[in-house]
Amino acid sequence: MKTVNRPCPKKDAEALTTGVPAYTEDLIPPGSLCIKLLRSPHAHAKILSVDKRAALAVPGVVCVLTHADLPAARCTYAGQCAPESSPLDRYILEDRVRYVGDPVAIVAAETEQAAALAVRRLRVEYEVLPAVLDYEKALDAPVVIHPEADYCNRVAIGGDPRRNLLCSHSAAYGDVEEALARCDVVLEDTFHTQAAAHAMMETFRSFSYYDYQGRLTIVTSTQVPFHIRRIAAEALGLPPSKVRVIKPRVGGGFGAKQSIVSELLTAAVTFATGRPAYLIFTRRESFTASNSRHEMRLQVKVGATKDGIIRAIELYALANGGAYGEQSYPTSLLVGHKTIPLYAHAAFRHRADFVYTNTLPGGACRGFGATQGCFAVETMVNRIADAIGMDPAVLRLRNIPHPGDTMPAYFGDVLLSSGLDRCIQTGKERFNWDQRRFRREVAPGKVRAAGMAITMQGSGVPMKDVCCATLTLNDTGFYSLQIGATDIGTGCDTILAQMAAEVLSCRLDQITVDGVDTAHSPYDKGSYASSTTYVTGQAVLRAARQLREQLLDEAARRLEIPRCRAELNEQGVCDRENPEKALSLSALSGQLVLRPDCHYLTATAEHCCTYSAPPFMAGFAEVEVDLFTGAVTVTDFLGVVDCGTVINPALAATQAQGGILQGIGMALYEEVSRSSSGALRENSFLQYKIPARPDAPPIHVAFEPDWEPTGPFGAKSIGEVVINTPCPAIAEAVRQATGVSCSSLPITAEAVWRGIQRLSKE
Amino acid sequence: MKLSLYVNGTLCHSEIAPGTTLLEFLRGKGLMGAKAGCDTGSCGLCTVWVDEVPILSCTYPAARAQGKHVTTIEGMRQQAALLGRYLAENGSEQCGYCSPGLIMTVLALEKEHPAATDAEISAYLAGNLCRCSGYAGQLAGIRAYLNRGKGALE
Repeated sequence: MKTVNRPCPKKDAEALTTGVPAYTEDLIPPGSLCIKLLRSPHAHAKILSVDKRAALAVPGVVCVLTHADLPAARCTYAGQCAPESSPLDRYILEDRVRYVGDPVAIVAAETEQAAALAVRRLRVEYEVLPAVLDYEKALDAPVVIHPEADYCNRVAIGGDPRRNLLCSHSAAYGDVEEALARCDVVLEDTFHTQAAAHAMMETFRSFSYYDYQGRLTIVTSTQVPFHIRRIAAEALGLPPSKVRVIKPRVGGGFGAKQSIVSELLTAAVTFATGRPAYLIFTRRESFTASNSRHEMRLQVKVGATKDGIIRAIELYALANGGAYGEQSYPTSLLVGHKTIPLYAHAAFRHRADFVYTNTLPGGACRGFGATQGCFAVETMVNRIADAIGMDPAVLRLRNIPHPGDTMPAYFGDVLLSSGLDRCIQTGKERFNWDQRRFRREVAPGKVRAAGMAITMQGSGVPMKDVCCATLTLNDTGFYSLQIGATDIGTGCDTILAQMAAEVLSCRLDQITVDGVDTAHSPYDKGSYASSTTYVTGQAVLRAARQLREQLLDEAARRLEIPRCRAELNEQGVCDRENPEKALSLSALSGQLVLRPDCHYLTATAEHCCTYSAPPFMAGFAEVEVDLFTGAVTVTDFLGVVDCGTVINPALAATQAQGGILQGIGMALYEEVSRSSSGALRENSFLQYKIPARPDAPPIHVAFEPDWEPTGPFGAKSIGEVVINTPCPAIAEAVRQATGVSCSSLPITAEAVWRGIQRLSKE
Repeated sequence: MKLSLYVNGTLCHSEIAPGTTLLEFLRGKGLMGAKAGCDTGSCGLCTVWVDEVPILSCTYPAARAQGKHVTTIEGMRQQAALLGRYLAENGSEQCGYCSPGLIMTVLALEKEHPAATDAEISAYLAGNLCRCSGYAGQLAGIRAYLNRGKGALE
């Protein structure tokens, strides 16, 4: 292959590295109103009145909007294919606020100073309600968070808002009791994972205006432009044709921007005033008033026979959905369905209950529940391996599914490709696992050891995700690829162009890529669920093949040669048997467009995946623990990934390294806590510590690709699978080094130190 | 208040509100390379130079730059593009949002410590956060950039 499987630099690299205006904030039209929000200081309250008079008197203030000024149409902010599985449980603004940070009023002014001053001048009378801050106490609590009559589910998800039950999912296979009775070792524990923040470098932001066709146009840093178009029209009561969404370059998403966050608040101002307006979330707002990873308590029971076969897995997860139910249901599915299938011989029982609380809503977050489930299940499997005296890597090799196996815990799908066995074996060798996994003292009071874990994810949401692509040969001899897939920094514009270039036998620079403007781009459900390469890629592949056929037909006719002799290359089309006889791409395209016998060559293709091909990874972590302080440092990490054919090795390796470091941050640094009134304490980078450069260990990545028959060029996904293993691998390394079992994230120095003290007293 | 300073070599006279940060001032001039990322001086996205020294423009009052020479990534386009190519070789610019701030800091590092070790590079760039890349590819790209002309790729 000439273009696929090459580390091509991203098409936007030069623009991004030289500071060309390309992101939402860089493009705000002059004269736009600045929007600031008044946010609730209470975790749960009714808004009795809002006195706007003093705010409106501030010079430069143009409008103040409260719930009384906006349409009352229940919607969800979750960017999902319709019908959404997330409950319709929100208004843009409501007379009830459900967490500290929930917006109360929108202020728009000619200047930022005026908007900020007007926010301070608003006088709100609240009836403070008792709040549910602890998700352990939410189910059947006397306080009901969503008592509204127009609460609505478009898809049955097992929830009951009267009980604060957002959704519930369960699944089972085999006779768990019988399997447990046959086991030589059965271990059980409870785990806790935190409401980690996405912490992408560009906070939430959008601006809006009416275009010349009277369309309410929202320019936004999002992963889901087409879902926003649909939901914004519903929420604002506009015809769908009167809403347009444009996605410029995006400064990272990690799932956070799979939800509507700023967009409707911005659009409401343009809707109300007719004026262009912008809303930029501060970092504090980004932490406290958006969405986070779902916090979870996971109870796991795992049983194995002494030959190392995992016979039974019981997994119960209770998760904090927060104030609104964005993406809770899909997250509930992934907790078990992307962890248990790795153990092919296990009977299982899995349930996940998500509850409403008066805290920051949970939302889509890289890994999507699989990360939380992986921490719990993989940690338990490591302990099982220890209990029966087996190398945990060897134990995995005895349990993993192989191509051709039916996976009862993966919706009964048959596994079509897997390089997981090679991921484990290669990882063992390259990491020098057999030596490094055991505890050794490297300096007085400093010990090292290693741990490992395996994981899987999916590639797209089967039977729901539809992605389209349009390829055109232009009048002047270059191709354009139009996509609705949203490059949020991962490089999908480039990766998809690589696929098209491969089929069209051209150079990457002969294809321009444009996305996303819902007025011009073909439909795409957006970039989430690790789907862009796998699902949109198939659409691009199909469109490119169709265009290639059209091109060869036309060129053969015009060259007067048999079709089978026409050969496409980067110059154009030539006669295979007489290469002198050729039509350059520009000559051909000119003939095709600029003459009476014209034939404008364009192909649009779509793809809906019917199977979500799982990528796999084996992760190996070495840690050093300071026995005096309990401080844990990761000294080395190796991830070996099967993402199928690697379309762009440089971008895939970076995705892996970034995901692994994000996982390390979740494992060790990223702490989340709330005040007694429910305010999130970690609301800046001063408190919420994402890994900085000196924190980052050497992170090595290797690929063990297996050809995936359902993916473009044999590819699967990589975006999410890479974040899952650091938490369990590091927890195991700490246990090997110190004997301390960490069941709660992050693994702080204090927790390890306390564990060491406890063990020394026993 | 009145402010006179040099921006990328050109003398500018402006009227600013007293609390204006240098970042707000520069973006107001249409120089969109430097970004706001944190509001607390902790992420490095807004890095520009004042008299050749990298500073965080989101917490630097514009008034403090009176009479000084401010350099933004727009004024370093060629050098930025070259370093950017080394970063892009590894795909390590990713979303690119941290790139201008990172690049301005690396270009300062190059002048100050042209022979920096990997650990020195990481320490110098500790204030430049990136959530996408995991830093490994960026370090390799920066390493290759600093080693260019020493038999490495140009």
